[in-house]
Amino acid sequence: MGFFIDTASRAPIYLQLVQQVREGVARGDLCPEERLPSVRQLSRDLVVNPNTVARAYTELEREGVLVTRPGLGVFVAQPGTELTKAARDRRLGELLDHFLTEAVHLGYAAEQVVRLVTQRAQQFQWHAGAK
Amino acid sequence: MADVIVTQRLSKYYGDKKAVDNLTLRIAEGTVYGLLGRNGAGKSTALKMLVGMVQPSHGRAHILGEDVATLSPQTRGRVAYMAEGHPLYTSMTVGQAVDFTLGFYPAADKHLLGQILDHFSLGRTLRIGRLSKGQRAQVALALAIAPDPQLLILDDPTLGLDTNVRRDFLESMIQIIQRRGRTILFSSHILGDVERVADRIGIMIDGVLRVDCPVEHFKRSVRRVLVEFGRQPPPLPPCEGLVGDWQIGTQRELVFVNFGPRQRAALEALNPVTVDVVELNLEDAFIAYTRGPRRPLPLFAGETSHGQSIGDQGAA
Repeated sequence: MGFFIDTASRAPIYLQLVQQVREGVARGDLCPEERLPSVRQLSRDLVVNPNTVARAYTELEREGVLVTRPGLGVFVAQPGTELTKAARDRRLGELLDHFLTEAVHLGYAAEQVVRLVTQRAQQFQWHAGAK
Repeated sequence: MADVIVTQRLSKYYGDKKAVDNLTLRIAEGTVYGLLGRNGAGKSTALKMLVGMVQPSHGRAHILGEDVATLSPQTRGRVAYMAEGHPLYTSMTVGQAVDFTLGFYPAADKHLLGQILDHFSLGRTLRIGRLSKGQRAQVALALAIAPDPQLLILDDPTLGLDTNVRRDFLESMIQIIQRRGRTILFSSHILGDVERVADRIGIMIDGVLRVDCPVEHFKRSVRRVLVEFGRQPPPLPPCEGLVGDWQIGTQRELVFVNFGPRQRAALEALNPVTVDVVELNLEDAFIAYTRGPRRPLPLFAGETSHGQSIGDQGAA
């Protein structure tokens, strides 16, 4: 999977990388156990300070998206989560509220939104369903 | 982690003009520090004082633990300096410039230097005066990094280079950064490049260091606030964190550092139509922060007020 950074963007570079990895994993472009480029390699490829890459990787590790195996490299973590169902519902709920607010302001009807969500969900790789 | 560069109230005056005004700066080992500022802000003079090329009017500077005024040859050998415009002896060939420079740095890595020159296809017999600007910059960089310096001080190293050569240069910088313990202090106008490689930035305005913080901190702290009044904008009360204020027709364009609820309340109290808070990328944040006063733009299209004629537009 290719990464890119946009220095014209308002988002910090490390955050752009974090979001790209997150999305890559969610879409199935990055598979569990797949090895990511080393900090050195990615910083060379993208021409950014290695600290920036390291920060992105650290953040993703904190979130449980990536895992570092000393001496071996950085890998996509197995799916699974430590958050309780309530915490997860809350987090997704917050994101949903942003999304639904936007949809209302754009003039959508609820049924249209549901249809759109179902459609786009097919582009992603879903887990069996969190307990 | 030791501080590789320490200055205390470092100053340079040219007659009445304060080129550098009480610069106090500490740069830790391993930092990549981008020194920013508009033309004439004092960046070059500050960097020259750090390498002893310009004598300060007052204040002190220490690099690698030594006073710049009494730098030992050994310590000098661990510092690389690239002056603005990459001055090189144009009558020399590349090979002669290499031999000349290596004479000052007996411990330099000749193999590394050879690799860099080969990478950029810089033949030893080429005369420097006949090289393109980009090629000259590459020679200058190769000569600067061959001794594997601990500290690199680069004065606008990519000035005038085309986009591709600039990218090559950045890649070389990344390679240097990846060698642990190397410190780079560089000045640049290309904010995108600075954002890629710098950990911290400093911004000089009229000789004074006004900003000294991590890149992200600066971006997070600066906001452009557009306040639409729909009428002649009222004067602004004194506001904490306000660094810029321009009137554009019925709008006030404001630039704030750390815009918060208090500032918002102060603006709402003026009864605006809308208050728009805009996040900025590094380039826009820099411009917003360093933009000087701008003459107010008069109203154009539509109404004329107080009997102004169309002919007044030319005055803007």
